[in-house]
Amino acid sequence: MAKMTLEELRALRENKRKELDKRDLSGKTMQVVIGMGTCGIAAGAKETLDAFLKDIDEHNLSDVTVTQTGCMGLCYVEPTIEVIVPGMPNVIYGKVDPDVAKNIVREHLISKKMVSDHVFDRPAADIMDRGGK
Amino acid sequence: MHRSICDFLMDMVQNSFEAGSSAVIVHVSQNDSQFEITAADDGCGMDEQELAQAQDPFYSGKGKHDHRKVGLGIPFLAQTASMTGGSFEIKSVKGMGTSVTCTLMLEHVDTPPVGDLASTFRALLSYPGDCELVIHRSLDADGIQHGYQLVRSELRQVLGDLHSSDSLNLLKDYIVSQELSLQQQDRGA
Repeated sequence: MAKMTLEELRALRENKRKELDKRDLSGKTMQVVIGMGTCGIAAGAKETLDAFLKDIDEHNLSDVTVTQTGCMGLCYVEPTIEVIVPGMPNVIYGKVDPDVAKNIVREHLISKKMVSDHVFDRPAADIMDRGGK
Repeated sequence: MHRSICDFLMDMVQNSFEAGSSAVIVHVSQNDSQFEITAADDGCGMDEQELAQAQDPFYSGKGKHDHRKVGLGIPFLAQTASMTGGSFEIKSVKGMGTSVTCTLMLEHVDTPPVGDLASTFRALLSYPGDCELVIHRSLDADGIQHGYQLVRSELRQVLGDLHSSDSLNLLKDYIVSQELSLQQQDRGA
């Protein structure tokens, strides 16, 4: 890979933006928030962040924001993440290693179903019974 | 102990972000035998007592976690430097900012691996907030130093944002290209 200049980076971003402008994505922004406190870092949250970004790219998903926050208070199930998808309850997942991240991208972001084994906070039992709908 | 030097770097810089800094300057330099990280911020700083508490694993700062009795970030770093023949120094002035420097000896058997620097720089550059972050990365070989610099405000201006997956994947490509070029320069030196 040749050393990229800032101008080349700007041109690549413009191309991506033009592709996005062709699609109607208003109000469909999905968010993945990754807990990156000392506990999360120690449990591999950075690898989880990398896995989300790689998988989102491989599935050609657009308009997903991936942000970081500090400890969510669930240190015993790190890495923890929150997923916010319009039309679904906000969910905090725990023990999210890169393989689980792949599942969350496929099931939650694409198929709009929760990955029940890793839900650690937010949805009530009746919502879980309906698969998060 | 963290699993990689990059995990320590994440922890150090996040402390600076959480100190209410408007700018954080990070130096990540390396030669054949040692790896040195410095993170200097202009955040709230600490007085003598707070500085001592920050290095105590059985103390956690107020506000982050009520009722928690441990704070492991800085103690992890100091312990790792101490047990692997490296060094650790923290300087702080209340109201002015804090500077942390850590040197780790790469050949010591207990020193963790460096880890993925490009991913770590991306994670730091995309941390929420408007704090400026400047990362100076350098490699020294036979007295010749090569390096590159990443400036958060500049990258945000080029990419438009630092939170969408599209921007973050391009950012990783950009940093990887800088790092690979640096490694090639180093081998050619």
